[in-house]
Amino acid sequence: MLQDKDRIFTNLYGQGDWTLAGARARGDWDGTAEILARGRDAIIGEMKASGLRGRGGAGFPTGVKWSFMPKKNDGRPHYLVINGDESEPGTCKDREILRHDPHKLVESALIASFAMGAHAAYVYIRGEFYNEAMHLQHAIDEAYEAGLIGKNACGSGWDFDFYIHRGAGAYICGEETALLESLEGKKGQPRMKPPFPAAMGLYGCPTTVNNVESIAVSATILRRGAAWFAGLGRPNNAGSKLMAISGHVNTPCVFEEELGVPMREIIEKHGGGVRGGWDNLLAVIPGGCSVPMLPRDVCESVLMDYDSLRAEGSGLGTGCMIVMDKSTDIIAAIARFSKFFKHESCGQCTPCREGTGWMMRIMDRMVEGRAEIEEIDMLEQVTRQVEGHTICALGDAAAWPIQGLIRRFRPVMEERIHAYKAAHGGGRLVQVPTGLVEAAE
Amino acid sequence: MVKVTVDGIVVDVAPGSSALQACEAAGKEIPRFCYHERLSVAGNCRMCLVEVSGGRKPVASCGFPISNGMQIFTDTEVVRRARRAVMEFLLINHPLDCPICDQGGECDLQDQAFGYGADHSRYRENKRAVTDKYLGPLVKTVMTRCIQCTRCIRFSTEVAGVPELGGVSRGENLEITNYVEKALTSELSGNLIDICPVGALTSQPYAFSSRPWELKRTDSIDVCDAVGTNIVMQARGASVLRIVPRINDEVNEEWLADKGRFVVDGFRRRRLDRPWVRVDGKLQPAGWADAFSLIATRLKGVPGARIGAIAGDMCDAESLMALKDLMDMLGSPNIDCRQDGAHYDTSRRDFYTFNTGIAGIDAADALLIVGSIPRQEAPVLNARIRRRFVDAGRGKFPIAMIGAPNADPTYTADVLGEGPDTLAKLAAGELPFAEVLANAKNPMIIVGHGALTRPDGPAIAKACWDLAVQAGAIRPDWHGFNVLHTAASRMAGLDLGLVPGAQGRDVAGMLGGGVDVLWLMGADEFAVQDIGPDTFVIYQGHHGDAGAARADVILPGVLYAEKPGTYTNTEGRVQRAFRAVMPPGDAREDWRILRAFSEVAGRKLPYDTIEALRARMAQAHPAYGQAEHTRLGTTDTTPPQAGSVAVAATPFHPVIADYYLTHAVCRASPTMETCSGIYVRPAIEAAE
Repeated sequence: MLQDKDRIFTNLYGQGDWTLAGARARGDWDGTAEILARGRDAIIGEMKASGLRGRGGAGFPTGVKWSFMPKKNDGRPHYLVINGDESEPGTCKDREILRHDPHKLVESALIASFAMGAHAAYVYIRGEFYNEAMHLQHAIDEAYEAGLIGKNACGSGWDFDFYIHRGAGAYICGEETALLESLEGKKGQPRMKPPFPAAMGLYGCPTTVNNVESIAVSATILRRGAAWFAGLGRPNNAGSKLMAISGHVNTPCVFEEELGVPMREIIEKHGGGVRGGWDNLLAVIPGGCSVPMLPRDVCESVLMDYDSLRAEGSGLGTGCMIVMDKSTDIIAAIARFSKFFKHESCGQCTPCREGTGWMMRIMDRMVEGRAEIEEIDMLEQVTRQVEGHTICALGDAAAWPIQGLIRRFRPVMEERIHAYKAAHGGGRLVQVPTGLVEAAE
Repeated sequence: MVKVTVDGIVVDVAPGSSALQACEAAGKEIPRFCYHERLSVAGNCRMCLVEVSGGRKPVASCGFPISNGMQIFTDTEVVRRARRAVMEFLLINHPLDCPICDQGGECDLQDQAFGYGADHSRYRENKRAVTDKYLGPLVKTVMTRCIQCTRCIRFSTEVAGVPELGGVSRGENLEITNYVEKALTSELSGNLIDICPVGALTSQPYAFSSRPWELKRTDSIDVCDAVGTNIVMQARGASVLRIVPRINDEVNEEWLADKGRFVVDGFRRRRLDRPWVRVDGKLQPAGWADAFSLIATRLKGVPGARIGAIAGDMCDAESLMALKDLMDMLGSPNIDCRQDGAHYDTSRRDFYTFNTGIAGIDAADALLIVGSIPRQEAPVLNARIRRRFVDAGRGKFPIAMIGAPNADPTYTADVLGEGPDTLAKLAAGELPFAEVLANAKNPMIIVGHGALTRPDGPAIAKACWDLAVQAGAIRPDWHGFNVLHTAASRMAGLDLGLVPGAQGRDVAGMLGGGVDVLWLMGADEFAVQDIGPDTFVIYQGHHGDAGAARADVILPGVLYAEKPGTYTNTEGRVQRAFRAVMPPGDAREDWRILRAFSEVAGRKLPYDTIEALRARMAQAHPAYGQAEHTRLGTTDTTPPQAGSVAVAATPFHPVIADYYLTHAVCRASPTMETCSGIYVRPAIEAAE
């Protein structure tokens, strides 16, 4: 359990002043020039040593990512792009940073940009986050006025500009290369990798794309030291992280917690327990909606961190869990995700464009039970055909919830199909639209 | 070179190649839909997935860069499954209406489904239907068949330079569209039909005409412009049903301009299929013998100086040679292949040739276009300029134009001025572009017929030549002086000497009673109405157009599709076409008509076979005896003759008023008529 002294986001709930004065009172912008004075390599080394892993979902070590930026400038500018397109269902953590602790982001962006040789950083904020963008803009204006960023930022001699770009509401624009396309003014469609953004990113220049949280914690890490951060959490899953609980718990909330704490403890402590008691728990989707769900018996013992959840065939994702109790129609819940992914697929590459629609349609029938038993296997195969064959990870994200459903709740699906057959006279029903069956009765 | 192992086969491939290219080098077939050699890599169809050593997931080989020692596997279970999966996904929303689809038989989706797909569908849901789009009179759309490979978007944006296609909506609602219901404004739009891997974009005029396996294919050369595009005539029975481009990286890559492609329905209309003679002011059908004897009788006693001949723009070199020889036999110096009255100094071939060569554009680093609109005069060549412009990167291939201030060339070009007086300013270094030319390593100057057809044409040509010399563009290893022709027969005509001899009359001189007997070989593009009322006109040609209407005797010749022929393109490349179909009725190959007539006239031409005639051509100009085309620079920088008229300041005028109606065949084509009505006439009317 995270102790108050180790908390990074001390104004997470907006009880304090989010403007520059309040941020300074909480320790932000303290000794930023000294941190910059340590030099690029020292900062990146410190970040590597802290063991910070990307907070956006993939969990790639942040320091390592920074080190991919070319050491020597070949004439092209470098860019830092901050991904604030937080659109993952159930996820609402970056929003709290943007609106209640914007200066953490601005300060960290300066340090990160310096560490990767970038004079400009862009933050791509989800279009719906209007007030958050206003808060951040206010913080940026304050920082410019105080000389903290801009020409000779913090008196360090480093020029740094910080720009906000507001998205227009597409989920896929949270994918790093689609975000870059969108930032360039094009249609938000992921790019092929390689080349990776560190070689050819925004406007063809070396670029690092980081999650808001990954950037926002870096100033504190550098101030308090890598050892402090690495001391939190578990090996290879260092530090604390913003998490959230939504769904069927008594007190849904966003909170900061150490990695490696048992999921049950988190749900009990922060979420106030599952609605109707732990035994009423059906399943938990541990990180957003694009990772497979975990049934109650796994939730009992699993730890909330990258490696433990991966070992259970799921993932930490954004760390924002969706808790579902036994009143949930689990098939309908996953069918809703399928609908979401079908709607948000960019349509660029074949498996995702065609597969998401196909999966959604089968899932819709599965909700009613209007399907054949063997179609469960077919659905599983379709998800395998989408997974790993697409340009970006949206295909995987669309496939995994269904795979999780089939892996954990296959009997429920079969039962639904049997029930439908019993109610509708059995037989092969696949090709008969609902309306016709009802009309015949 | 980089060493890569593909399925155990070690191949050396150039650095920067993709995994797909390495697989091809190893002789492995990689299925693909979105990948096209001449377009940017999209990587969206996912059909070309292969396994790469050390990779967790299969990768799209089209966009995956190779590295030394990389191992690629193209035939593993993972790859086979991936291909089958992608194939299944592509087919779930594809209508499978192959029996009524024009792409059937030459469809990538069909072929690859056969090779890599499953034998049945597991998709039980409703299929997607997409509204068809209007892309103009040439490209027919059935958008439900579209597999969203985006080749058409990339073609129109990158090659054609008209970013009018794009994708709207996302996910499975993604549609390829031109946003508004407006015809594509590209002279290369027909190529969309070729690059579309499925039946979404097919040929509107060719719709439901034939199946690909019914067609007999004959290699030929396009004569609708002077690029010499390599084409394939596809014929069934007696008619050519369609024309598609043939790959030739030196000339047209794999593109074909719309006129050359869709002119085909003019092949069987308004044809002259029998000889006619004018009796009492009215044309009457006649036999060959009657027609010949009538001409021979009329020629009797006419001195050579009173006989003239004008060759048209679509003639093959063989018939030009025969016409030239016939006129020599008749003692006439009055022969001309320049219907438009263009001026050339024919003393040296490089004075009237596109010396840099079409492929040479790829090495150029600055371009000045004088009195030409390449987009209309040679769309395929223009695409090459555009490609160079795009590949070079911003500012690396500066282009300037003199004349044509309102033309959209599909690339960024500075308009330096409207008239040729700008050349003097350039030469004096008064314009910033002068510095660009001076600093360029391989500068190019293109002189068009907007300049050469003016009275001051020779002076403009000389000024351009001087400018090229000044810029160091005429060297042993580079020749930057280029004449862009618009007529397919012009180069051969000039090579073979179809210009007036000593005291000979040119086209203008032959009009208005300048000659008593005028032989027109496919010549319709001059002021036919100005032929003197007493001039006896013989029209030898294939279409009943302006020339035939004025003729006293009509001798039915044949089209380029109906005869073996040699054509020389604007860069001086001598290319051969073959006969695709037999001519209609009594029409005969043009050189045979001339040869047969020469016997009746008592002045027999000395060749009986086309081989003998070609030997004669080789004798007349060495280029016609060489197997290879060579592009060479020169050390001789002596300029062409400037002529007597000094450079005037009047603005250049475009030489092509209506791209779709430039010669007799396209005037007989309903498709070209429609295109003209849609693309050109509204603009002309708006201007009025």
